[in-house]
Amino acid sequence: QEPQASGLPEFIKIVEVGPRDGLQNEKVIVPTDIKIELINQLSKTGLPAIEVTSFVSSKWVPQMADHKEVMRGIERHPGVQYPVLTPNLQGFHSAIAAGATEVSVFGAASESFSKMNINCSIEESIEKFEEVTTSARNMNIPVRGYVSCALGCPYEGNIVPDKVAEVSKRLYSMGCYEISLGDTIGVGTPGSMKKMLEAVMKEIPLSALAVHCHDTYGQALANILTAIQMGVAVVDSSVAGLGGCPYAKGATGNVATEDVIYMLNGLGINTGVNLYAVMEAGNFICTALNKKTNSKVAQASFNTGTI
Amino acid sequence: ATGAYPKRVKVVEVGPRDGLQNEKNVVPTPVKINLINMLSETGLQVIEATSFVSPKWVPQMADHTEVMQGINKLPGISYPVLTPNLKGFQAAVAAGAKEVSIFGAASELFTKKNINCSIEESLERFDEVMKAARAASIPVRGYVSCVLGCPYEGKISAAKVAEVSKKMYSMGCYEISLGDTIGVGTPGSMKEMLTVVMKEVPVGALAVHCHDTYGQALANILVALQMGVSVVDSSVAGLGGCPYAQGASGNVATEDLVYMLNGLGIHTGVDLQKLMDTGTFICNALNRRTNSKVSQASCRL
Repeated sequence: QEPQASGLPEFIKIVEVGPRDGLQNEKVIVPTDIKIELINQLSKTGLPAIEVTSFVSSKWVPQMADHKEVMRGIERHPGVQYPVLTPNLQGFHSAIAAGATEVSVFGAASESFSKMNINCSIEESIEKFEEVTTSARNMNIPVRGYVSCALGCPYEGNIVPDKVAEVSKRLYSMGCYEISLGDTIGVGTPGSMKKMLEAVMKEIPLSALAVHCHDTYGQALANILTAIQMGVAVVDSSVAGLGGCPYAKGATGNVATEDVIYMLNGLGINTGVNLYAVMEAGNFICTALNKKTNSKVAQASFNTGTI
Repeated sequence: ATGAYPKRVKVVEVGPRDGLQNEKNVVPTPVKINLINMLSETGLQVIEATSFVSPKWVPQMADHTEVMQGINKLPGISYPVLTPNLKGFQAAVAAGAKEVSIFGAASELFTKKNINCSIEESLERFDEVMKAARAASIPVRGYVSCVLGCPYEGKISAAKVAEVSKKMYSMGCYEISLGDTIGVGTPGSMKEMLTVVMKEVPVGALAVHCHDTYGQALANILVALQMGVSVVDSSVAGLGGCPYAQGASGNVATEDLVYMLNGLGIHTGVDLQKLMDTGTFICNALNRRTNSKVSQASCRL
């Protein structure tokens, strides 16, 4: 197929969030050497960006307590970005000291979610992020901005697209090079994805947008397809679909990288990623976590013995 | 590409037949009947009830006559049954069936392995059913399997799918359900296949039957809707694994489909909560977890 003929991007950048977003939301805490091995395997798949860890207090996120060791322990492959989460200036400095060369900040389109998650209002969180982006700019460190609850909030329910656009614009204006719009609880559908993107695209250039879809209601690939049909060319996903939903017990969270790549391959869209290599990394981490993969492609492929 | 969607979509529920036929555990007749009765209360307009095929081949459907005679047939709801040949058709009509389905395939090897004859021979058998159905004023739905790939042949040409679809449509099938039997299709191959088939069969007579074995079902269905298809097959709780990939999933879950259609503002007439309750019932009876993500998720805070 010719993706351009159908109006789709020719190339899509996949941002792999398994080692951070994925592992942070898994029940079992994974030892440092396993985390490092996972990231090293992912580095060989062709993925252009791998979110490594989070420089947040281990009191709040014990799964990421080994952030320094992981950052220092991984192989850094040329051409691959290794962003880390930095919720505030302290985390930022710590990340830089450990060798980080790209960071991310996490905003939300919901006041209630912001309050419950990081114990401050959206406005207060923006002020904290501004400290990070100012420091980052001085050091030539790129910053990626996330907006959570873009299609719905576990506390507020419906989220107005204009609010998502407003928060996105704030993050973009303060210097974030890319805004990743997250369907945090996976309630979005192609209908709400379209409406939200239309509002956000009025404020942010398309090339600076990414979608971060959760598959909690099985809608992720349909939502991602809608986004790429509108020209979005950056998609977040998690190897083996690591990372459940903290708001719905037993439910799934992140969309599986394997399933996303399978779809993009079928659309003739280039990602630079070797699907089989990702499946192998997925197999490695699922074995280590003693769990079944959440990727349907992996499930189907390993069971027939064919890829 | 993201232009107008259909305003209404007809959901064809295949759980009691396609779903149960491909489940490991066999379900007793009263449970099958209760399942269908519960589905009849959800707003679904079409519920595939059973299959009039020899119990030697499909033991799970051995009770086809009892099921057909035991269910409540609500007005306005259609209860089609599978009839692979004239004998099955006659048994179905005798048991009270008012609509039947026939199953073709776009792959020679699949046809050979599945029903032990060529595509051409299978169409000849179907012609006998068509003639009898026409005489009895019974509508016939045609299925084409392997439209986006075959477990034996691999890639399937869109032209072949169009050829078989056209033949079945010309024979008198009122609707052709295009099945991604092993779920390997993607929005790319779905679009390509439909573009070719729509040259031979009007889009109003087309349905898609997507399997979620590779997680692509809803994305594939979305593309089909964008191209004007307005009939979609699905299975409550995603019943029915894939016989070609052990442990892998098969049918797309009706709950997940309806959730997506609701979000698109497309009318289905289906009550999602009642549907989920029905899914819970049959999963308990089968002693298995649901395959529907919508059912699995419930934002408890």
